[in-house]
Amino acid sequence: METSTVNNNFKSDEYFINMGPQHPATHGVLRLLLTIDGETIKKVEPDLGYIHRSIEKMCERDSYQQIVHLTDRMDYLSSNINNEAVCLAVENALQIEVPDRVKVIRTIIGELTRIASHNLWWGVMGMDVGALTTYFYAFRDREMINDIFEETCGARLTMNYNIPGGLMFDIHPNFIKRVKEFITHFKTKLPEYDTLLTNNVIFQKRMRGVGILSKEDAISYGASGPVGRGSGYSCDVRKTNPYSALDKVTFNEALRTEGDSFARYEVRIQEMWESISIVEQLIDNIPEGDYKVETNAVIKLPKGEFYQKVETARGEFGVYIISTGTKNPYRLKFRSPGFSNLSLLNHIAVGGKIGDLVASMATLDLVIPDIDR
Amino acid sequence: MTNEALQNLIGTWVPNPVTSELEFTEEESQFLNISVQPADLHQLMTQLKSNSETSFDYLFCLSGVDWGKELGVVYHLESTTHRHIIVVKVKTEDRENPVFDSVYDIWKTAEFHEREVFDFFGIKFNNHPNLKRLFLTEDWDGFPLRKDYVDDINMIVK
Repeated sequence: METSTVNNNFKSDEYFINMGPQHPATHGVLRLLLTIDGETIKKVEPDLGYIHRSIEKMCERDSYQQIVHLTDRMDYLSSNINNEAVCLAVENALQIEVPDRVKVIRTIIGELTRIASHNLWWGVMGMDVGALTTYFYAFRDREMINDIFEETCGARLTMNYNIPGGLMFDIHPNFIKRVKEFITHFKTKLPEYDTLLTNNVIFQKRMRGVGILSKEDAISYGASGPVGRGSGYSCDVRKTNPYSALDKVTFNEALRTEGDSFARYEVRIQEMWESISIVEQLIDNIPEGDYKVETNAVIKLPKGEFYQKVETARGEFGVYIISTGTKNPYRLKFRSPGFSNLSLLNHIAVGGKIGDLVASMATLDLVIPDIDR
Repeated sequence: MTNEALQNLIGTWVPNPVTSELEFTEEESQFLNISVQPADLHQLMTQLKSNSETSFDYLFCLSGVDWGKELGVVYHLESTTHRHIIVVKVKTEDRENPVFDSVYDIWKTAEFHEREVFDFFGIKFNNHPNLKRLFLTEDWDGFPLRKDYVDDINMIVK
């Protein structure tokens, strides 16, 4: 059915090929319909829905505590930050003030999640453009973060550590020691990433000037996160709308103005340094106190509409709740960063080669369950 | 710009604020909300984007909503220069053939978001460049995020 519609629009020397849904460079089940002239891309049309689970419909049936668990399954590499978004939305609606200890722990774990996510991205992005070693370097370092998470809450990826009102458990006695060990370790390893990949001439030639996105287009396409910031668009929610303990720390927003794939790459590398700095500022200053405030067993939000945005590793994640005063949301919409970032893929890929498409797509850092909610 | 200043400014764009049915409210929401008639939607959106004092250039969330009797779309807009936020709502009671104007020509991100709304709510958008189902297959029956959607096999109702 797709084939026939494409066929009707063919010019004589154009043809189309499928990329995906099982292509290694699409990092999940994303199918791209490429219209090609020779090896030049004329059009990229994403075909979505292979793993759509209709989480928004399930949310209308579930309680607010249950919804937190579903958000893990969207952007699984930023699971803790997604959890935090729903919890913040519910806490703001109920006007609950969580203890400072919770805010600081949430921020530390959020930044560790960001490092882990960027780390994995760096590994697979190197692999996409043919540098296999990066994968093993990245997974070696990421493993330490996952071990910390496992000790803290029992899960390595889909954490479920946040609940409305605070955290599910207090941190493990080893937490501070192990985070410090990781930071010391990672600060010696991150410069190796530059030596291995960033300064590699072949890599740079594949990335520079490829997939250019202007600032105006970035805003118009709703780009956020490192994709927007690579185009010089200052869009870090941690700066514009600070949440949890992010107003207590100082960090720089990573910004590049080139707008090409290499700029997006550099933004993410710098963000890892900034996240290290945020964790360092907070890890010795975790306040004493409770790790949660008690909420009612059945949470009912007041009638009204609530919006909460946070900065995940991929960009701006929003939770829009319409409540009618019952224990379920009337309507819940997730604004996922990957969805908007995918929509600009056609714009940056047209006119390039198929190899450039792989490089551009790698720097968009798509996570398909985040798009197919 | 504060919500009050925004409300005053946008109120002056329409010739007669009493009859034009532009409703402002801040009740039950943290943002300023505007309800607009479907016929006036595109003109209002164009002005919100192009006016230098409002300059809402970032459409960060576009959601379809089924209010029971009415179907509608909620637009969350932010200005990247002034950093103010506004919410625009448009509703229709026509559940058989709901149609609004597309805002794709104003914000390009609307292309995918409007396709998602069409897929799950069956709301059509005039002048959309490629309006077809985005996640579901072309032969899918019904619109799953509507409140009256029934699927005895795949849906678990509590």
